[in-house]
Amino acid sequence: MADVLVLVDHVDGSVRKPTLELLTLARRLGDPVAVHLGPGADTAAPTLAEYGAVRVLAADAPEFTEYLVVPKVDALRAAVESVSPVAVLVPSSAEGKEIAARLALRLDSGLITDAVDVEAGDRGPIATQSVFAASYTTRSRITSGIPVITVKPNSAAPEAAPAAGAVETLEVTVTEGGGGTRVVSRAARESTGRPELTEAAIVVSGGRGVNGAENFSVIEALADSLGAAVGASRAAVDAGWYPHSSQVGQTGKSVSPQLYIAAGISGAIQHRAGMQTSKTIVAVNKDEEAPIFDLVDFGVVGDLFQVVPTLTEEIRTRKG
Amino acid sequence: MSLRIVVCVKYVPDATGDRGFTDELTTDRESVDGLLSELDEYAVEQALQIAESADDAEITVLTMGPEDANDALRKALSMGADKAVHVDDDDLRGTDVFGTSLVLARAIEKVGYDLVVCGMASTDGVMGVLPALLAERLGVPQVTLLSEVSVADGTVTGRRDNDAASEELGASLPAVVSVTDQSGEARYPSFKGIMAAKKKPVETLDLEDLDIEAEQVGLAGAWTAVEDATERPARTKGEIVTDEGEGAKQLASFLAERRFI
Repeated sequence: MADVLVLVDHVDGSVRKPTLELLTLARRLGDPVAVHLGPGADTAAPTLAEYGAVRVLAADAPEFTEYLVVPKVDALRAAVESVSPVAVLVPSSAEGKEIAARLALRLDSGLITDAVDVEAGDRGPIATQSVFAASYTTRSRITSGIPVITVKPNSAAPEAAPAAGAVETLEVTVTEGGGGTRVVSRAARESTGRPELTEAAIVVSGGRGVNGAENFSVIEALADSLGAAVGASRAAVDAGWYPHSSQVGQTGKSVSPQLYIAAGISGAIQHRAGMQTSKTIVAVNKDEEAPIFDLVDFGVVGDLFQVVPTLTEEIRTRKG
Repeated sequence: MSLRIVVCVKYVPDATGDRGFTDELTTDRESVDGLLSELDEYAVEQALQIAESADDAEITVLTMGPEDANDALRKALSMGADKAVHVDDDDLRGTDVFGTSLVLARAIEKVGYDLVVCGMASTDGVMGVLPALLAERLGVPQVTLLSEVSVADGTVTGRRDNDAASEELGASLPAVVSVTDQSGEARYPSFKGIMAAKKKPVETLDLEDLDIEAEQVGLAGAWTAVEDATERPARTKGEIVTDEGEGAKQLASFLAERRFI
């Protein structure tokens, strides 16, 4: 079978869940070959093999962390030349999309970003996307070159399919000057101990109605009772109540969890764009006219400061 | 020497309208009113701030699109940009992101530049990769997705926040930057700005001016094809209860029914 390249998203060899989803999707198109850039390939390899990587191409160079995007494009291009894959799958992070775009341009290949599903087709892979604030679903195909597709988190359930996954060294010649954009310093984000927003099965989000940074503890308590990630609307982020990394919506994260709970969020189009593909949606809002109620499976018109803490208590009691 | 800034902007269908597709499965740009992409206003704003902090700077705002896209340029000019370039050609209809990056890169080179400023993404296509493609085509550093940006002594620096970390970036000019919606609210055009914009020059270019063949762009030159587009069925509104003391319990029962607790 033909090879499919999968760019591994990892932190020092600890493989992030979206990579396992990509390996699972890649198997529909051919044999997954993982590309591991940076340290930790030997740590990552057993996990990558468990999810179907027939080989792991590994390269480590200081340029991958010292310069933005370009050295990774160089490496992925080297992998494409060595393997001649039928497709390249890349995680749909901000960096992943930029790497994929520059790679596609170098290969004279088409690009599809933010796919939510990928399947094999007669004339190459077919990617499903959710567009115009998730009001349409499109199915697209790449008509030139080796298809390069970025895939959003939560697009497939990872399925184990053990393969060899032997680590091989990938020779990379990095562009002179690393592409020119130096990463002068990097401050790791503090971990909240909660699931990643884009990967979580349940998301609890707060909006304007939360009315203050200190009140977000009410949202966090509900999230913790459910093992959920915490999100925020743009209004809450712009007001400085919650970090931008937690913003759900057009200019923040787009999430598609099993359950989305919106508290004090009116549901403007920009917010809906980031959450309306969630499987089940519930909302608590004191304004019965709030557009969010048009989307919900269950809604409570009421004061979130009454409803949410009581709900948290109720969940804790029921869970024992 | 004057700092030459080019801001790339896009004229997009209003996101609050009922957006859809044409028979050719391209974005329908007729049936919904267009406007300057909200996310590009942040690019114009940061360009203005960089120009204000420089000794001498000139801002050219650049767009590619149909005749109506002129409205987006006028808005940017009324905010304070100095001049505008509009690439308009019938053969551009249906152009994908690679064709767009080719057209804009050629136009940027024709105008002359030290710094290119873009928004983080368009509000219609939302791919967010055009700035990276411009950097690749122009062969200059890509300093993208910045929530803070400044330019001094021929160097651009800025902060890029991603999922795992917050990074401080630096590159020498010329460079391509993109700024996020966290970079600072865009100013409103003043009445004086709106009046002044009417007199500012807008140059129109076509593909021939940029030495680009029709086959390299448009629907025929696109490297992707949409097979089908399906309107997502509207979500059916579920049960709405008014809290009279029992709202939380009713919600908990719903969550239990759906096996979330």
